Amino acid sequence: MSNPIAEQGSRRHWLRLVPLVPLVIALVIGGFLFAGLNLRPKEIPSVLIGKAVPDFELPPLPGRPRGLTTADLKGEVSLVNVFASWCVSCRAEHPLFMKLQASGVVPVHGLNYKDEGSAAMGWLRRHGDPYDRVGADLKGRVGIDWGVYGVPETFLVSAEGRIVCKHIGPIMQRDLDDKLLPFIKALREGGTPQC
Amino acid sequence: MLRASIRFALLVLCIAGWSVSALSVAVDRPLEDPAQEARARAIHKQLRCLVCQNQSIEDSNATLARDLRLLVRDRILAGDTDQAAIRYIVERYGDWVLLKPPVKAGTIFLWAGPAVILMLAIVLIALWYRRRGGPAGRTVEPLSLDEQNRLKDLLGDGDRS
Amino acid sequence: MTAELGHFALVLALSVALVQATIPLLGAWRGDQGWIALARPAAVVQCLLIVIAFGALMHAYITSDFSVLNVATNSHSAKPLLYKISGVWGNHEGSLLLWLLILVLFGAAVAVFGGNLPAPFRARVLSVQAMIAVGFLAFVLFTSNPFERLLPAPLDGRGLNPLLQDPGLAFHPPFLYLGYVGFSMAFSFAVAALIEGRVDAAWARWVRPWTLAAWCFLTTGIALGSWWAYYELGWGGWWFWDPVENASFMPWLAGTALLHSAVVVEKRDSLKNWTVLLAIVTFSLSLLGTFLVRSGVLTSVHAFATDPARGIFILAFLIIVITGSLTLYAIRAPAMKGGGLFAPVSREGGLVLNNLLLSTACATVLLGTLYPLFLDAVTGEKITVGPPYFNATFGPLMLPALIAMAVGPMLNWKRADLTGAIQRLKFAIVAAMAALFVTLVMAHDGPWLAIPGIALGVWMIAAALEEAAYRLRLFRAPAGESLRRLLRSPRSAWGTTFAHAGAGMVIIGIVASSAWQVEKLQIMRTGDVVAVGDFSFKFVGASPFRGPNYSAVSGTFQVSRNGDDFATLKPESRNYQDPPMETTEAAIRTGWGGDLYAVIGDPTGDGAWSTRFYHKPMIHWIWMGALIMMLGGLVSLSDRRHRVGAPARRGAAGRPLNVAKSPAGE
Repeated sequence: MSNPIAEQGSRRHWLRLVPLVPLVIALVIGGFLFAGLNLRPKEIPSVLIGKAVPDFELPPLPGRPRGLTTADLKGEVSLVNVFASWCVSCRAEHPLFMKLQASGVVPVHGLNYKDEGSAAMGWLRRHGDPYDRVGADLKGRVGIDWGVYGVPETFLVSAEGRIVCKHIGPIMQRDLDDKLLPFIKALREGGTPQC
Repeated sequence: MLRASIRFALLVLCIAGWSVSALSVAVDRPLEDPAQEARARAIHKQLRCLVCQNQSIEDSNATLARDLRLLVRDRILAGDTDQAAIRYIVERYGDWVLLKPPVKAGTIFLWAGPAVILMLAIVLIALWYRRRGGPAGRTVEPLSLDEQNRLKDLLGDGDRS
Repeated sequence: MTAELGHFALVLALSVALVQATIPLLGAWRGDQGWIALARPAAVVQCLLIVIAFGALMHAYITSDFSVLNVATNSHSAKPLLYKISGVWGNHEGSLLLWLLILVLFGAAVAVFGGNLPAPFRARVLSVQAMIAVGFLAFVLFTSNPFERLLPAPLDGRGLNPLLQDPGLAFHPPFLYLGYVGFSMAFSFAVAALIEGRVDAAWARWVRPWTLAAWCFLTTGIALGSWWAYYELGWGGWWFWDPVENASFMPWLAGTALLHSAVVVEKRDSLKNWTVLLAIVTFSLSLLGTFLVRSGVLTSVHAFATDPARGIFILAFLIIVITGSLTLYAIRAPAMKGGGLFAPVSREGGLVLNNLLLSTACATVLLGTLYPLFLDAVTGEKITVGPPYFNATFGPLMLPALIAMAVGPMLNWKRADLTGAIQRLKFAIVAAMAALFVTLVMAHDGPWLAIPGIALGVWMIAAALEEAAYRLRLFRAPAGESLRRLLRSPRSAWGTTFAHAGAGMVIIGIVASSAWQVEKLQIMRTGDVVAVGDFSFKFVGASPFRGPNYSAVSGTFQVSRNGDDFATLKPESRNYQDPPMETTEAAIRTGWGGDLYAVIGDPTGDGAWSTRFYHKPMIHWIWMGALIMMLGGLVSLSDRRHRVGAPARRGAAGRPLNVAKSPAGE
């Protein structure tokens, strides 16, 4: 004969766990929120990592000999720095690029984003010109092709002409020492480091 | 050297300086063909402005938003379908730029979530309801063993008479 | 000097809160009357201290005391007085002080007006309230002190952003906070009841006025915020499913479910588990909202400046409060046996359905709001969950609730006759059908969903009215009888009528303004005319001018309807210097049928201008509906029964319950 009390009891037991569910959910959410404190939701990682540099051809700035094209970025590891004369934090990172150019570790090219040619040249004259080649992207279309959404941004391009890393925001010494320079070294040695 | 938070704030300032998003209306030159313009505007409403916070490029006055609006219009003029134009932008900026999250492996819980929650809740309520015994008086809390024995005694007594 | 006074008051308040959080609670457990009695004066003293602190900060703002860092950062001597005052809570530190102020005001209100509560229970409630205060006071004193000095004091402050000087923007936070923090009362009541181990009809009766008050305020706060966005943001949007908007909407959804659920506890002694859980969840969502706004975890227009240290502190506090209360719930809930069995089709059944749908809708909004965070944390992918997601999920969930909302009040308790209830809604059905037909005929274009949408709104309003008519036996009994019933009808029933009808109005407003909105974007030259719905907009001209701190271009548009002059609209496009910003100010003309919008954009260089016009029909029904909902809440709140107190505990029904446990109130 079935024991209705035992049955009832076991069902009671199972449903008794239900009041725990809100607590469990709260803990899970709490865990995620805690993890969330260390994330940076405003930084959107590039979806172009690993892809070939977009096809583009930009004219030079007035007074500079060379513009920037896709072909220029093939053959050696290089940095492409998106900058503008109206950008305040670009000035913060600029001395680093001057030092980088002086050291000759890696060529730095510039992508002058939505700027006026003479204003950009004036800015470079005032703060120094570390760039090998500079392309003038007046309308910002090439920037969009690179997935640029703010200034400054810096891209690392491999010798095969692939975008391998993107840095959002001004580059600080620490970023150079801990991230970019080791990355460049690994690339040159033939490895495939993770951005 | 600048602390990380300060330099990020500077970056945001640079972006913000160009993006007076929240309090302005986007007003630019529409396409000639009203049907194409309507398509363009519908697409604008689906794309997120990257430098604003949570607005579509249609509703933002940020420069990047405007550039993207012009880009969408150019793509339409170039003959792209709606899907192709959107894909063009997503290729450059990723899924983040879509206001409607795409249905893919990572978003299954998001899209299935509401239905699953509803189902679970209904099931729980149904179970709870059945356990409680439904409409008034039809089922009652089961008797404990003691009470069962007492009942047996009582009934047994009655029978004997 | 006042800043130091304010600071000191905060420190004292923390000590008082610590005492209030522990002694009365222990006293209630041990039965020590003296310790129990400490709760009321402690709550009042705490309130006074925070009032002093808040007053000190307000004084610093009004006198433009720039030696106080908070004032220097957020205010300016040239600001109008109104905005100096609202500037007090327009920043992180000040808003926390406002939060605290409202928390202790509610606490003091319970201390002073809670005479109908048994002393031990009241002591527990005030203790829980004080625990929350301890957390916030600690947060303020250790990480967000509004009274920090800035020496040497600057000559003037930095907070003169003209775009933030707007009455709607300035005054909607207090209402929101009154709502959020008001739900802390329901939370305290719930936790106190769990500690005591008893949830019953009396508890539901006590909790109801506080919950209603909080709900009214929150409804007002959300409506005000939405209305502000509408007229200020310049293109007619009024809800964006922005994370911070969601953070205020979720407590509202849960709070509405709580209100309805508490009715069942009160009338039928059932659904206790669910009601207590809702009380905890509603306030937890308020706390979550507070966290989301200040931690930088989600990107939002509204977010305050973020600081990881603060984020961790709030999160820790959040987790302690929420998991603590939910653990207590998990332990105590199974022991709470409900009375009152009911049939699936009954008023209780309807309220269970209501609970189910509102809770699921709330969970959906939570899922959508937090999902980008989840995904980022787990896979590093970034996605956006925007309005398309919420519209696709929230709408369908609420639809059955809105339909059922009309039928619910017609159902009897315990076991109801659904057919009979629907038959009593004859008028509402006819009205809805008529609306369907009329809309079909009159609506020339727009999404077909608008037609049933309007019918839904009409159904809701008509059903609410019909239920009221039924209650009054209108047209079925002599007028005298109806009048008698009118005078004797409990106010909470009228509250229901208003609130449900108001909700119907909101639906109509939403459907009409979204479906039949006309939007025109074009290039215009002087003299050009554009048709926008029934209206014609004629571009009269544009001219530059200088404002107090900006240079601008003002356009003039003459609007006529069917040949008659209707309005003149003068939108502007402004360039501010300090800080450098470009904005467009829309010109809005509010009419009975809807709103007309005009915006002027950039010149094309050859004498033409880009312009944008809108006609938004019936959009004000949204806010008028919300206002009526709020009035419904107020009417319900004024019900005498809330002030008389719980008859059950006092044995007014002739059968004293638990007499030994609680001495009759004070």
